[in-house]
Amino acid sequence: MLGFVIRRLLQSVVVLFIMSLIVFSMINLVGDPVDMLVNPESLPDEIERVRRDFGLDQPVHIQYWKFLTGALSGDLGNSFIFGRPALSLIAERFPATIELATCALFIAVIVGLPLGIYAGLNPNGLGARMIMGGSVLGISIPTFWLGLMMIIVFSVLLGWLPVAGRGDTAVFLGIESSIFTVDGLRHIIMPAINLSLFKISMVIRLTRAGVEEVMALDFIKFARARGLSSQRIIRSHLLPNILIPIITVLAIEFGTLIAFATVTESIFAWPGVGKLVIDAIVNLDRPIVVAYLLFVVTLFLVLNLIVDILYAALDPRVRLQGGRE
Amino acid sequence: MKITKLKPAILVTALASSLGFLVGTASADNLTVALAAEPTSMDPHYQNLTINNSFATQVYSALVLQDVNQNLIPGLAISWKPVDDNTWEFKLRSGVKFHNGAAFSAEDVVATMQRAANVPNSPSSFGTFIKGKTFEVIDDLTIQVSTEKPYPFTPNDMSRISIIDSAFVDATTEDFNTGVASFGTGPFTLTKWLPGDLLEIKRNDSYWGTKVEWDNIIIRPISDGTTRTAALIAGDVDFIERVAPADLPNLASRSGITVFKSVSNRLLYLTLHMTDDPIKPYVTDSNDNPITSPFKDIRMRKAVSLAINRQAIADRVMDGLSAPAGQFSPKGYIGYSDNLKPDSYDLDRAKELMAEAGYADGFKLTMHGPAGRYSNDTRILEAIAQMLSRLGIDTSVETMPASVFFKRFARGGPDKKPEFTAAMSGYANGSGEPSHPLRIFIHTKQKERGYGPGNRNGYSNAEVDKLIEDGRASMDIAMGEAAFIKATDIAMKEYALLPIHHEVATWAARDGIIYEHGALDSTFLHYIRAQK
Repeated sequence: MLGFVIRRLLQSVVVLFIMSLIVFSMINLVGDPVDMLVNPESLPDEIERVRRDFGLDQPVHIQYWKFLTGALSGDLGNSFIFGRPALSLIAERFPATIELATCALFIAVIVGLPLGIYAGLNPNGLGARMIMGGSVLGISIPTFWLGLMMIIVFSVLLGWLPVAGRGDTAVFLGIESSIFTVDGLRHIIMPAINLSLFKISMVIRLTRAGVEEVMALDFIKFARARGLSSQRIIRSHLLPNILIPIITVLAIEFGTLIAFATVTESIFAWPGVGKLVIDAIVNLDRPIVVAYLLFVVTLFLVLNLIVDILYAALDPRVRLQGGRE
Repeated sequence: MKITKLKPAILVTALASSLGFLVGTASADNLTVALAAEPTSMDPHYQNLTINNSFATQVYSALVLQDVNQNLIPGLAISWKPVDDNTWEFKLRSGVKFHNGAAFSAEDVVATMQRAANVPNSPSSFGTFIKGKTFEVIDDLTIQVSTEKPYPFTPNDMSRISIIDSAFVDATTEDFNTGVASFGTGPFTLTKWLPGDLLEIKRNDSYWGTKVEWDNIIIRPISDGTTRTAALIAGDVDFIERVAPADLPNLASRSGITVFKSVSNRLLYLTLHMTDDPIKPYVTDSNDNPITSPFKDIRMRKAVSLAINRQAIADRVMDGLSAPAGQFSPKGYIGYSDNLKPDSYDLDRAKELMAEAGYADGFKLTMHGPAGRYSNDTRILEAIAQMLSRLGIDTSVETMPASVFFKRFARGGPDKKPEFTAAMSGYANGSGEPSHPLRIFIHTKQKERGYGPGNRNGYSNAEVDKLIEDGRASMDIAMGEAAFIKATDIAMKEYALLPIHHEVATWAARDGIIYEHGALDSTFLHYIRAQK
């Protein structure tokens, strides 16, 4: 187990290194930040000054070397636009994003799991067909469109929920979050549902597939033959067996929720990392883009590792050896 | 990533108005405003960026202020005049106090200039307005600014620098962001900034000018245009800027909401390469062999201008939110020439001109432009391409993100020369001085002197250059302005650039709020008033 973790961590370092090389060289091919930063009315020497101050006058390999040596000491460079460390800018916005992603994941599980089990147990019922039909909609409706429709219905027409923003936050157990205030909850509910809809559909489909597969297996028939109640069969025999693939997928999906909450954040003006990164891409704020991508890669590496460890904990048949699964 | 392109916006307003849902009333003393962007810093000297500058005017004042049409009006200086060829004298306002109670005096001006020119890590410094000037304190309320050569635009430059308390001359940008140093003399004081979420300011009761009516203003950055509109309709906010064009007709016809529109100084223009050298790959003959730019011939430039139906672009592409342009400035704005009108559409005359120039058989052209930078930019370019194809120029369009476009536009070609033959871009005069567009776009490119940094098509006219330079060296403002208007007349008649249109800026508010707007498309909070 320990050997496995160490090996995986070493692999992660290699992945991060290669990723940094790719991201850094690719982003240096796109445009010139000076054009986006310096006001065109400035005198010519101002352009040169900015180029010099931001190290953009150096060849790319030297810029990369500087970045790499900085990165090893935890410094991913200063944002061109905000003049502050890219990592701390991301860290400041991250709580808002993680709060949104967690709520979305929570909604996806509590809504998706029961519906999926129901659909799996009664595959031919009308209810199941409606659930499955709904899940196709959930997967195919574009997030931005749904977001706007939700705003129209719940904010503009009904006036129940605020249109955008994060609302009041409160500190509870050392965590500052908007889910601890009524105003904050009113603000988060629409973006969270909007973000979760795709995931709900995915959880439904995964769960149903798992349920149908497991229900046909011999040990379930045997449990039935023993006269166990269906409640008990679901709880003790079905759930543990279908949870493994769902947990695997959800852990990775949590990563995508965080990394790609961008669209939802833009529509609902949610002050998370997504908006920061969009602006950084548009304005060629390279340090933020690089830091963010490396951050996301790290996030996925960590989530993958956790999934593998959880796997072993949930399924005694799995032995962790040398990173093969 | 193309969120901005998708606008089911009409639906928002249509659905909403069909039910006739009304706006909730907000407290008369607090105002919530949704803006499309937020400042990158609370440090007024950190970055010379439009949104930063318009916000800085709320908290700080400058010696000279600009009204909504960028005319200069007294600020912390009550008057200014040239005392000799190289020196301007500013008389300062007495009895002004900073938000922290410190009294304002000439020392603060000197300290401000010292700091503003040298902010570390600035992505676009204010040094441009300060370098080459010497500041001399005559007495507590008099300051003299001298330059090496006669320079009539010192008051314009001074209108760009927010004055801070001299106690904070060494303050860092972070000190301003956290509020430790953010004390100005403006109509509002800064109370709270949560980047990306909200910005809060409250009325400065000891403001020297007309006091604002609101106790507090909460500013929410909402980048999505449709969400901004929905926030206004739902009553979450009282005032928004930049209404999404598709939402506008419905919003305007809604009861309870007032829309404000004005022609802004943001110009969209076409620039055509007009020198023999180098031959670029974007103009070819019918066999796809590159040829020298036909636009070297003024008749060809005129033909292109006449073939563009500006009114059709305004009506059909821009939904009425643009005004056809024939020069840099919109009417009523600094530097406007009464002698110039936008070219009217005249395809027959354009074809004649093309034949006279020897291109009766046409040629192939690729036009370039940014995508998503200006309102409807790609669609405008496509419309122009169709119009030129009707003229006999087989035109194709290539657009790209602004970050890629501007680099290639400025120096994407061989030897870091401008890359394109025909390109569309935008311009807005941020400085409020009439020679600005002439210096940037029209004057022959002379890098070391700061002339022609935006002159990418090789236009050069010695007479125009002389008019621009003489005007910029004349301490007689009226004479200078006459020279600039003459230079504009000549350059526009020679099609140094082809102006397309000025964008129309829009705002909307719940009833009971009025907004005093002009040619600037940024939003100035102290001009938002309650209806009496």
